[in-house]
Amino acid sequence: MHRFNWLLIFSQFINGLQLGSIYALISLGYSMVYGIIMLLNFAHGDIIMVGGYIALISILNRFGPFISVFFAISGCAVISVLIERLAYRPLRKASKTSLLITAIGVSIFLQNLAQLIFSANGRPFPASSILKNNKMRFGKINVNSVTIITILISIISMLLLVILVHKTKLGKAMRAVSEDLESGQLMGINIDKVISFTFILGSSLAGIASIMFCCQYPLVNPTMGYMIGMKAFIAAVLGGIGSIPGAVVGGFTIGFVEIFVSAIGFSAWIDVAVFAVLIIVLLIRPFGILGRRLTEKV
Amino acid sequence: MIVRDMHKSILPKRDQNVKAVIECKGVGIDFGGLCAVNDFNILIKKEEICGLIGPNGAGKTTVFNLLTKVYTPTRGVMYLNDKNTKSMNSIEANQSGIARTFQNIRLFKNMTVIENVLVGLHNEENCGIFESIFRLSKYWRSEDLLKKRAMELLSIFGMTNVADHISSSLSYGSQRRLEIIRALATRPSILLLDEPAAGMNSSETVELMENIKKIRDSFGIAILLIEHDMNLVMGVCETIGVLNYGVLIAKGTPREIQNNPVVVEAYLGKAKE
Repeated sequence: MHRFNWLLIFSQFINGLQLGSIYALISLGYSMVYGIIMLLNFAHGDIIMVGGYIALISILNRFGPFISVFFAISGCAVISVLIERLAYRPLRKASKTSLLITAIGVSIFLQNLAQLIFSANGRPFPASSILKNNKMRFGKINVNSVTIITILISIISMLLLVILVHKTKLGKAMRAVSEDLESGQLMGINIDKVISFTFILGSSLAGIASIMFCCQYPLVNPTMGYMIGMKAFIAAVLGGIGSIPGAVVGGFTIGFVEIFVSAIGFSAWIDVAVFAVLIIVLLIRPFGILGRRLTEKV
Repeated sequence: MIVRDMHKSILPKRDQNVKAVIECKGVGIDFGGLCAVNDFNILIKKEEICGLIGPNGAGKTTVFNLLTKVYTPTRGVMYLNDKNTKSMNSIEANQSGIARTFQNIRLFKNMTVIENVLVGLHNEENCGIFESIFRLSKYWRSEDLLKKRAMELLSIFGMTNVADHISSSLSYGSQRRLEIIRALATRPSILLLDEPAAGMNSSETVELMENIKKIRDSFGIAILLIEHDMNLVMGVCETIGVLNYGVLIAKGTPREIQNNPVVVEAYLGKAKE
């Protein structure tokens, strides 16, 4: 029997943290929007693609890394607020199914629009002009600097989100509206503002995730948001959709599952494993790991 | 203890010298072919406690939903503090001075008791995101002020000791009381109570009666309540309206209502000749 390789396990753990934190950032957007207006916002994944292209174009036009990142994040926020205004707000009182179909439609629209503008071919992302990837050594362990920065920035963003949601006026309104939209309205809360705020928060996090993702996998194409968005959506459901800590737990779970499966040599089976985990968790806890049991409203 | 007019100083300017807090003229609503409420007329003056009674399905809660603009009336006009409510939505109705509780409790269940009240105080917080994140002195000042106000409100029902409990962990009666406090936090000029005594035992109901009067006195607001408990309605209301099949069949003082043959008929049916 050969010796247990702790170094390998540790570096895979770090990789899991990196991938997990990207998924967590994105699944927060799914979860928050669902918590407020009960909409599975499938266009959220494509916001990542939008962020990727905005960053790419800004860098190619010789804006600095900071400005490019700023453009990407605020671009994601603006686009998602526009989507909410134009596509979801008119359907606020329509059935949930119509809203869901609209979300899928918006997703297809964004993918095809990107294809029209940038063609279907992927473009290399100049990752090194945003984050130089240096090898860092901790004792015997090699770690990429991008990995460390991704993890740190994700954790900082999540902490900031927690402060926003628990300590600000809009955050308090957000939590109230997510529990009961109608009585929130009767308390004088402006729900339009709260919903826009939620979309801005979710898509800014997706913008950050998009930069992190592109720095690790430097290729931008019109459908890049689809699969990563799908995985983040699974993460949100796994953690209990509508719950902010749930989205984080779900994101890291999916990240670790993927890294574990590829580390033991079944990288072709990653997606199978992710969906299998989802099915198993939902069989045991249908409302997700940290989800609330939905009670019937009278 | 609550002194008369204690909370009055916090009332917004709008409440001075209005003719009526609520005035409805010929209000009605149809759901498809069903006429749920028809030709509803009522006038509630400042600091009046008014009761709305009627058999099940008479349209009492529908009236509440009309007043708070959850539903838009098909016919008629409503005035809130002498302002026409035609173009208002429920947010604006709340801001113009109407607040309510629900028949089935609708608190923010996973938030603490004090947070529920703070949501009611939402519109008084004037602290931006930037100030809140970086915890500038303005944030602490506004936070202290609002917390103090919330505690003051909680003390009406002696609930300051449970301020940090999750609201769904409270007893049923306390949840009802908290809902009233949350509604009061939005500084209404009229408070609508939808079956406030439902699920309360008789001693709790007596206490609630006292509290309803106390709230009227100390806040100087009008109260409109739906209730099936006749002891409460007769004991606390100054005027009573009776709804049957969506129509207001009688209006008057408790004594007049008790002796009104039309009301007796609606509740008990017609005596055989």
